[in-house]
Amino acid sequence: MEFIRIIDVEKTYPSGVTALYGLNLKIKKGDFTFIIGASGSGKSTLMKMLYREEKPTGGEIIIGGVNVAKLKNRKVYKLRRKLGVVFQDFKLLPKLTVYENVAFVLEMFGYDKNEVRAKTLKALDLVGLKEKVKSYPSELSGGEQQRVAIARAIVNAPKLLICDEPTGNLDPDTSLEIMKVLEVINNLGTTVIVVTHDRDIVNKMKKRVILLDKGRLKKDFEKGTYDKNEKH
Amino acid sequence: MIKMKNIRILLKNIRDGLKNIVRNFSLSLASISCITVTLLIVAVSMIGSYNVENFTKVIRDDFTIVVYMNNDLDEDKESKIKDEIEKLSNIESIEYNSKKEIAENMKKESEIFNTIISSWSESENPLYDTYLVKVKDSEKISNAAKRIKKIDGVVMVKYGEGMIESLLSIFNIIEKILIITVLSLIIVTAFLIINTIKITIFSRQEEIEIKRLVGASNFSIKQPFVIEGLFIGLIGSIIPVISTIYGYSTLYEKTGGVLFSKFITLVKPFPFVFIVSFVLIVIGIVVGMIGSSRAVRKYLKI
Repeated sequence: MEFIRIIDVEKTYPSGVTALYGLNLKIKKGDFTFIIGASGSGKSTLMKMLYREEKPTGGEIIIGGVNVAKLKNRKVYKLRRKLGVVFQDFKLLPKLTVYENVAFVLEMFGYDKNEVRAKTLKALDLVGLKEKVKSYPSELSGGEQQRVAIARAIVNAPKLLICDEPTGNLDPDTSLEIMKVLEVINNLGTTVIVVTHDRDIVNKMKKRVILLDKGRLKKDFEKGTYDKNEKH
Repeated sequence: MIKMKNIRILLKNIRDGLKNIVRNFSLSLASISCITVTLLIVAVSMIGSYNVENFTKVIRDDFTIVVYMNNDLDEDKESKIKDEIEKLSNIESIEYNSKKEIAENMKKESEIFNTIISSWSESENPLYDTYLVKVKDSEKISNAAKRIKKIDGVVMVKYGEGMIESLLSIFNIIEKILIITVLSLIIVTAFLIINTIKITIFSRQEEIEIKRLVGASNFSIKQPFVIEGLFIGLIGSIIPVISTIYGYSTLYEKTGGVLFSKFITLVKPFPFVFIVSFVLIVIGIVVGMIGSSRAVRKYLKI
């Protein structure tokens, strides 16, 4: 069975703007999927609904057998603990060190010190930042900051990693490095969904590509590329 | 195991709460001084109202009806009057005060009285034999006095009519004003603190958002803030508590426990100041916690 099923999902914001019209999608466990599309195509809305920051106005979103669309606000944290989210603007806490930025998630969940230490260092090792544990985010480059954010997202071993424009603020070389990190995480068994604008990256990675256009699914390629002729 | 986990989370949140007070010290100081000022006023009001209540009680206990009896009654008839007074409800105690005793007491009071009274023979003594009657409920003292007056052989009854009633109603009003002051101050502080803490929390909006995104429950986001509020309340009550303990016991010592006249006696400072301090700390903590918890709600999706 598919890990994520999106069935007839619609989203109309209270302002009257409709972001998605009857979207259907299936994503298999362990897949690496790109979601692309122009601004306003509804891809960010789709991501927000996956981690339940937004609720669909119609349809079902089933992740690992749970209908996320019906999740109550006060139960959302249970979903969030099982998935990792990476953002364009990193969302790191400036007053905490690299280590603390990753460790606080585990501390909040009540792990003991040794467990926190082991898991945090493992995650930071995976993203290649083991040497910078004592640095503060302001002392890091953009790519390094994003890697801290990825480490934070994967530290609790989520089944799903959602990345909303993770390379939007980064230069092409750094972007590719980030993608390589995501690929490593994917190879370890985590399902990864990446929303991006970055044509080169999509073309280089040769992964499944889903193209959204004005709130509808336009194309879905296995091992796809970002077609230059598509409007985006 | 789950218990261990929760203890660890609680300890971490206590640490974070304290850290946040230090980190946002200027804003914490605003909340702390807000609580301090209010608690000082609350302390004064509490001490005031409790003292008013206390000396009202002392004065009330002292209210006495003086029953004057006809001069030509013999002992038998006088004791019959006593029996009849005892039959009335609301009577606490009855004490006999003969005209001879009264005359003796008056002699001691001044030289002039002494010369005049000494010139009387026993039969010439124009004073009355009296009963001093104390009532259980001083609010109904006038009623008791009226009924005693109707008893055969009673010439007149005195109990400081009018003066007592007005004194009591004044005390009543003072007490009510103090209680209303205390309550409204507590409510006003709660709002002030909610607003002050809202400012601190506003600067930490991002932190709350990130915590929410990585899977913090509402409770676990709230807890450090509520603990922070608890400490702010606790720190805010330090000065009021010290002022209460030292201030009141010094006042008591300096005045000898009596204010203006013998009538107004102060409550003994111990354990009174500790009870007041305890109440102040509780108010500080509760207001601090409620303030933080209300302030953080705005940033949670509930």
